[in-house]
Amino acid sequence: MNYEELIKQTALADERIVVMTAENRALIRNLPAVLGPRFIDTGITEQTLIGAAAGLALRGRVPVVHALATFLTLRAFEFIRTDVGIGQLPVKLSGFVPGFLSDGNGPTHQAIEDVSLMRGIPGMTVFAPADEQDMLAMLPAIWASPQPAYVRVNTRPATYEHAPFEMGKAEIVAEGTDITILTYGMLFEQTLVARELLQAQGKSVGLINLRSLKPVDEAALLEVVRRGSLIVTVEDHFVTGGLYSILAEVLLRNQLTARVLPLALEERWYRPGRLSAVLEYEGFTGHHIARRITEYLGESANTIAEGPAVLENEFAE
Amino acid sequence: MTPETQQKLEKMALKVREHIVRLSTDGGCFTGASLSCADLLVYLYSEFLNVRPDNLQDPTRDYLFLSKGHDVPALYGTFVELGFLDKVRLDQHLSTDDHIYWHPNRHVPGVEFHSGSLGHLPSVALGVAMDCRMRGQANKVIVITGDGELNEGTVWESLLVASAHKINNLTLVVDRNHFQANVATEDLIPLEPMAPKFEAFGCEVRRIDGHDFAQLEDAFSALPFSGSKPSVIICDTVRGRGLPSIEARADRWFCNFSSEEVEELLRELHSQVATTLTSETLTVR
Repeated sequence: MNYEELIKQTALADERIVVMTAENRALIRNLPAVLGPRFIDTGITEQTLIGAAAGLALRGRVPVVHALATFLTLRAFEFIRTDVGIGQLPVKLSGFVPGFLSDGNGPTHQAIEDVSLMRGIPGMTVFAPADEQDMLAMLPAIWASPQPAYVRVNTRPATYEHAPFEMGKAEIVAEGTDITILTYGMLFEQTLVARELLQAQGKSVGLINLRSLKPVDEAALLEVVRRGSLIVTVEDHFVTGGLYSILAEVLLRNQLTARVLPLALEERWYRPGRLSAVLEYEGFTGHHIARRITEYLGESANTIAEGPAVLENEFAE
Repeated sequence: MTPETQQKLEKMALKVREHIVRLSTDGGCFTGASLSCADLLVYLYSEFLNVRPDNLQDPTRDYLFLSKGHDVPALYGTFVELGFLDKVRLDQHLSTDDHIYWHPNRHVPGVEFHSGSLGHLPSVALGVAMDCRMRGQANKVIVITGDGELNEGTVWESLLVASAHKINNLTLVVDRNHFQANVATEDLIPLEPMAPKFEAFGCEVRRIDGHDFAQLEDAFSALPFSGSKPSVIICDTVRGRGLPSIEARADRWFCNFSSEEVEELLRELHSQVATTLTSETLTVR
């Protein structure tokens, strides 16, 4: 099973599903032949893509809409907010190469404010699967929901056996008493490594794969806060508006505080390159994450082992 | 068109203009842009569209999308005359107890989609037209834009896509009243020659007098103009049509008249003798 197979089976079983793209066909190349008129490619027109998706949704369709995450959420932002958002229409946005996954493209293509933008729209739901297996577990519920949704598409192979998905629930991978890492999307893979490296240093490290950023699993976050460990938010997103902000909102809403280290992009775009080089340069490999946490605790990071090599990304148009 | 129909439409359009004038006070509204498309809306809902208060949920009904949402007083006036909307709701204009404000809201029966941000509904109408065709239904899908709205790139983007997909059940109607908010279109972003622009984007185009019911009927009854292209009807109109004291005046965009002026303007609608207006001419919205 892969993304294309899942959407194909879903569309064949449910005639409401329409697959749309702004000429980003990397993951859906074989669908035109299968879906016929229910595959609509509008060309490089993200705004018209979203407007037309809203029109199709008005007629009872559930459009699953594909474009590069950055052009989808930025170029077409007002169409998403005004047509899909005000209309509260079940348009399902699939953003390709979000965050670090646009590796070599450069800052024009870096969707690192997408979570912030999308979660600001009333009624919009926001999801970031850890890998392909996680995504395939999440999408059926996301597409079946009556709400509009934005998904950070992530087709990287899984390095972890995920639990079944429940809407609005985070995946608690491990509980820890010294440190808890909160993350979402492709960096989950690196935080798994970081957790191993820190555990080898004698730390008790918890790890949570958020999966759903809106609705967020507030109970899971409050449980971590209650435990009193250092909380580390790890995200390929600007520090403003993403998971660190979400956690801050949850804390304030509950009149709580916590010791939180945000590992995110601070007021700048990331240096483009091969994915492994980007993670090295920006300090987001498992090894770097473990080092940064250790140094934050004022301890020596010299004995932290190297992690495995980072698997490079497939080219996605 | 029979003389009886012509008379009926003229009478209804006059009533709609009275509603527009009555909405142009106590907070005001976009009077001039509403008056320019009153005849068009009266014709479409009375004579052309298969849309009635009793078939608004029927998926085979026709669709009208008002992309230039600020002319909603003309739409609501037409809805009152045709029984979509109870007249008392117009008295709730700008009250938070209802949904009657300066742009369309879907809580008002007959409004297919909200608008206000220009350049949106050509793409929404395109999606609806695509679905009607996919289902083999013969619905007509009309989207009305302003002429100033043609500044927005998404109008052209939508037509490019519509024409690539051969969406011939979509008709874009331009209310060509020759003004954008505060200035004549040709003094800011010239739009002429207009028809060749649409033709270059793959559309079949007609240009008519948008206040002439017989011409409206001739053009709309010929739809679709092509078996494979979207249709465009450019309606030449006059901003403020029906009120000589504000007709074709750049400084009468958003109007908020005094109650005395409203009474005088209602008389002016019938007499066609210009009133002397003393209210603020330029209201920034």
